[in-house]
Amino acid sequence: MNPAAYREQARRAWAIARKDIRVYYLKGPVLIFGIFMPVFLFLAFFLGGRDLPLAFLLSGLVGMTLFFTATAVSPAIFPWEGQARTLERLATCPVTIEAIVLGDMIASVLFGIGVTAVTILLALGLGLPLLHGIVLGLAIPIAACCFSAIGVLLAVPPTNVPSNIMMLSTLLKFPLVFISGIFVPLEQMPAWGLMLAACSPLTYFTDVVRYAFSGAHHFPVVVDIAALTLFALVFTAAAMYLHRRSMPRRI
Amino acid sequence: MPNVIEAAALTKTFGAVTAVDRVSFEVRRGEIFGFLGPNGAGKTTTTRMLTGVVPMDGGSVRIFGHDILKEPVQAKQRFGVVPETSNAYVELTAWQNLMLMGDLYGLDRAHSERRSRDLLETLGLYGRKDQKVQGYSKGMKQRLILAMALLHEPELLFLDEPTSGLDVQSTQMILVLLRDLNTDGTTIFLTTHNMEEANRLCDRIGIIRAGKIVAIDAPERLKTAIDRMHRLEVSFDRPVLADALVGLDGVAEAYRTGDKWQIVTEDPDLVIRSLVAFSGDCGAAILTLNTLAPSLDEVFLRLTGEEQP
Repeated sequence: MNPAAYREQARRAWAIARKDIRVYYLKGPVLIFGIFMPVFLFLAFFLGGRDLPLAFLLSGLVGMTLFFTATAVSPAIFPWEGQARTLERLATCPVTIEAIVLGDMIASVLFGIGVTAVTILLALGLGLPLLHGIVLGLAIPIAACCFSAIGVLLAVPPTNVPSNIMMLSTLLKFPLVFISGIFVPLEQMPAWGLMLAACSPLTYFTDVVRYAFSGAHHFPVVVDIAALTLFALVFTAAAMYLHRRSMPRRI
Repeated sequence: MPNVIEAAALTKTFGAVTAVDRVSFEVRRGEIFGFLGPNGAGKTTTTRMLTGVVPMDGGSVRIFGHDILKEPVQAKQRFGVVPETSNAYVELTAWQNLMLMGDLYGLDRAHSERRSRDLLETLGLYGRKDQKVQGYSKGMKQRLILAMALLHEPELLFLDEPTSGLDVQSTQMILVLLRDLNTDGTTIFLTTHNMEEANRLCDRIGIIRAGKIVAIDAPERLKTAIDRMHRLEVSFDRPVLADALVGLDGVAEAYRTGDKWQIVTEDPDLVIRSLVAFSGDCGAAILTLNTLAPSLDEVFLRLTGEEQP
């Protein structure tokens, strides 16, 4: 057995993911935050008197759910583990920093997909037809990887105070929701808004979800999937590179 | 390969402060190496560099021939680490912590389970294996992290103050286990403040002061090395004259303390031979004969410059 081989490190990343799920994700408050936050945002707009179609809002809800759940816990894992000194435990184990980051991402991806599946069932239960299930099935894991990478990327600053990271995380996440065509259709955005929206990976995912449920979309679906894939790769590579640099300062 | 750890010119700076300054030493296969030093001397930083937790600013570390920076995974696969503060996952049970370690070291599940059972039984934790670690006492946590470090049967074990603040039962259990492990061939790198522990366990000791190694040797050799002059204490079954003792080969000075004589010498071996010959010649039987070497505490205080005036 070569412990440094990719396959072996992937196995160990999976062990880290299972640990994360057990220790950080399967908690009442985390589950509640992951589900309730997007639901309440959705209700605020749905009941707010705006004349937006249900299909549009439910698509946005699915997009938000995946975004919020995949980034809910992952930013805080590194600071929590640094504080509890369990990060030092991992650092002395034969796992690379890339495997630790990958493990955190896998846990976040699974949590995001799991909760998003509930939201999709809710949308179907409300009578929304799923027109392009395969496209949605392809886009969700890619988007989950992308959002999880954002979450892990947010944990790069070498602080072991989770609230600092969570504040940074909130500062980034909420504006992103509002520029990503969830509550305001991309077609109604001004040019500068559209430019901002194009910089957000959430825009492309929401666009795909809308296509999957209603057939309508702003960007070609191939562009949406390609953009999500590119964002996922860039954010994952950046997270691994930056954590390699910051982890020793965290311990 | 005789050396399992090879540290060469190890250096670490934090801003303007040089925490570890060109530290070099080797740890041989099968020995217990004690690493001593006052607080802030650079022990923990050195250990963290040796274990690949923090990168060094200069120098190199090889563990079993693997460069810790270039081949960290291969090096880490062969050692276990017991830190001073327990770092098990408190939200997991002892069993779950051990299974996690098994997975992180690439052990198959059956082997992990068998080995975990053995270790928990040896360390008196098997009955509480399914309890979350947050309910454990400090001693139990320390025994658990020792089990976690030993799960993959490492050839080298790093321990940082493993018995600090523990009850007598946990301390004894850990020390007995360490001796047994060493007897079975495990090399041990022990960072400690406990001189008695170091004196009893270690084959060699390295003392670090202000980031620099000031001495490396066997405990007994360190004790004898710090004083050029040695003292012996001897008592006879009948009175002897001071002049007779001072005239013996190797004796620099002799003075009486109660019913015993204290002898100062540069060569204790020669003096012991002289005393035995003197005893035979004058018919004064030796009742007690002790060499009064400095304690390891004295060595430590002398070498680290912390001796009280």
